Amino acid sequence: MATEHPHDRLAHVSDGSAALRVSPPVIAPGHTFESVTDKISGIVLTKRTPIGWFFGFAIAFAFLMLLNLTIGHLLMTGIGIWGNNVPVGWAFDIINFVWWIGIGHAGTLISAILLLFRQQWRTSINRFAEAMTLFAVACAAMFPLLHTGRPWLAAYWLFPYPNTMGLWPQFRSPLIWDVFAVSTYFTVSLLFWFTGLVPDMATLRDRAQSKAARVVFGVLSLGWRGSAKHWQRYEMAYLLLAGISTPLVLSVHSVVSFDFAISVLPGWHATIFPPYFVAGAIYSGFAMVMTLAVPLRKFYHLEDFITMRHIHNMTKVMLVTGMIVAYGYANEAFFAWYSANPYEGYMMMNRMTGPYAVFYWSLIAINAAMIQLFWFRRVRDNVALLFVLSLFVNVGMWLERFIIIVTSLHRDFLPSSWDMYAPTRWDFAMFTGTIGLFLSLFFLFIRLLPALAMFELRTIVPQAKVQAGHHG
Amino acid sequence: MTPREPRGQPEQGRGLKAVYALYPDGASAQQAVNRLRALGLQDRDITVVSAQPMEDYEFGHIGKKTYMWWIACLGGLIGMATAFGLAYLAEYSWAINVGGLPIWAWWPNLIIIFELTMLGAIAATVITLVVTALIPERGRGFLYDPEVTTEGQVLVGVENPAQDRVSSFERELSAPPGARLKTL
Repeated sequence: MATEHPHDRLAHVSDGSAALRVSPPVIAPGHTFESVTDKISGIVLTKRTPIGWFFGFAIAFAFLMLLNLTIGHLLMTGIGIWGNNVPVGWAFDIINFVWWIGIGHAGTLISAILLLFRQQWRTSINRFAEAMTLFAVACAAMFPLLHTGRPWLAAYWLFPYPNTMGLWPQFRSPLIWDVFAVSTYFTVSLLFWFTGLVPDMATLRDRAQSKAARVVFGVLSLGWRGSAKHWQRYEMAYLLLAGISTPLVLSVHSVVSFDFAISVLPGWHATIFPPYFVAGAIYSGFAMVMTLAVPLRKFYHLEDFITMRHIHNMTKVMLVTGMIVAYGYANEAFFAWYSANPYEGYMMMNRMTGPYAVFYWSLIAINAAMIQLFWFRRVRDNVALLFVLSLFVNVGMWLERFIIIVTSLHRDFLPSSWDMYAPTRWDFAMFTGTIGLFLSLFFLFIRLLPALAMFELRTIVPQAKVQAGHHG
Repeated sequence: MTPREPRGQPEQGRGLKAVYALYPDGASAQQAVNRLRALGLQDRDITVVSAQPMEDYEFGHIGKKTYMWWIACLGGLIGMATAFGLAYLAEYSWAINVGGLPIWAWWPNLIIIFELTMLGAIAATVITLVVTALIPERGRGFLYDPEVTTEGQVLVGVENPAQDRVSSFERELSAPPGARLKTL
C-alpha cells in the first residue's frame, strides 16, 4: 500500500516545460472497501494491544490519578488550596475551562462545517476530532463544578426550591447562558459523534471474533443494516445535524466570551471578543487535532488515511485563524490607545510592561510571530516540526487566557485592591490532571472504537464512484 | 438466520423468506436493481444493503422521501416554546427589578431560546432517524448478510418473495457480473 507522497504535488504537464502544483491525495491510491475496513477495524479488533499503547496510557493514567488526588484534597479542604484571591477570584479554574472549551471547538467544526462545505479531507480526522471535543468539554465541565468547592451543595444553590435565598437562575446572566451553551454543545456533539459511529459499530459487530464484542457492538449499532433507506435517512439526519451544529459551534465560544465581555472590566469589556474567541478556539482546537493526529498516524501506520493533504490543510486553518487571533491582539492594543480611556490604556501597558509581561510577550511570540512559519511549504511538509509547533500553539492559547483573566483582574479600577496572583501546586496538579483525564479517555477511545470513520473513508475510494460506462 | 447457497431450480412453495445476491461493486448492483424493476417490482419491494452510502448510483436514492426536515423544524419549535416559557414564567414569577427596565425582554433571553431551539431540533432529528430507519417494520427489513461489511459487497434482494416468482428473481439477480446468489 502506498505511503505518504509529499512530493506528489509536482505533476508535470504534458510538454514537460512547467510543473503544476497539485495537492497530495485525501487517501493514498490503491485502497478498496475491504482494505479500508481491514486497516481501521483491525486497530480495534486485534487481540494484541501495542506495547506503546500501554506505555502511553500508563502515563496518562498516572496524571488522571493525580487529578483524583487533587479533587479529593479539594473536597476535603476547599478551594483555599488554589491560588485564587481577591481580586483574582477567577484564575486557573476559568483559564482552564476556557482553554478546554476552545480545544473542544475543532471536532464539531471539522464534522459539521467542513461537511457542509463538502470538504472530503474531513473524513480521516473527523471521528477522533469529535471524540477530542467530547473529552475536552468533559475536562472543561469539571472546573465550574469543582470551583464551588462543595459540588454536592451546588445542587442546593443552583436549584431554586426552596427559594429561601430569593434566587432563581437569572436568564439574563452570561453565566447561565454559558451553562445552556456548553451543555447544548456537549449534547449535540455527543449525538453527532454517536450517530457517526453507528454504521461503523455494525461493521465491527460483523467482524468481531469474540461473542462479547459482537454483543456490545451489536447493541451499539442499534440494528444497523446499511439498506438504501437507512443510508438515505442517515445522510439526511447527518446533514441536518451538521446544519444545526454549525451555528452552535460559533455560538458556544461567543457565549463563553460573553462571560467576560458583558462585564465592565478593562480588557474584558470589548465587542471584538466573540469573533476573537471563536477564532482562537478553532486555532487551538486544530492545534490539538494536529497534536493527536501526528502520533496517531505514526504509531498506527495511518499515513495512507491521514495524508499530507490533511496535515497541510490543518496547518493552513491554523495559519488563518492564528492571524485572526493576532489581529485581535492588535485590535485590543489599538482600542486601548484610541479610546483614550485611562483604565483601558493602563490595562494594556500593564500587560506589556507589568509583572506578567513575560507571559504576554510569549503569547505574542507564539500566536502572532511563530505561526508565520506556516506560510512556508517546507515547514508544512515537516510533520515532526508541525507536531512541536502545535504544542507551542496549545501553550500560546493557554497563555492568552491567562493574560486575559489575570492581568485584567489583578489590577482593576481601585489600586487599593490590587494584588498579585500566583498559582499553587494544586492548581498545576488540577490542570495537568485534566490533561491526564483527556489523554486517558483518548487512549481508551483509539483502542475500543474506530478512530477513523470507516464508512466515510469508503465513500472516497474509487470503488464507490461510478465508473465510465456504468451509469445504470 | 444463516444464508444458504441455492441448490438448482427452486421448487414452488418452498417457503423462502428472501432471495438476494451479493455484488462486488455498485455497477453490478445497479444492473440487478434495474433487472428487478423490469420484472415489475416497485422500489419499496427491493432491498439494497451496502457498507457505505452509494449516492453516485441511482439505487442509492431508494427510500429518499422523508419528513425528517419538517420533524426537525417541529422539534426546534417545541424547543423554542419551552425556552420562551421557561424564561418568561421564571422572570415574571421571581421578578428582578433593575432600574425600571422591563422584567422580561427578548434580547437577554435570545441565547437561551436559541440554544433550546437547536437542542429541540437535534433531538427530533435523532429520534426520527431511530424511529424511521432503525426500528424494522413487521416482517420486513430483516435481509442482511455480514459479507456486506466484512468484504465490502453490495446486497440486492427481495424479501418475502412470491413463491411463483422466485426463479425469475434468481435468474435476474444472478445475471450481473460477479453476482453470488443466496437465499434465506
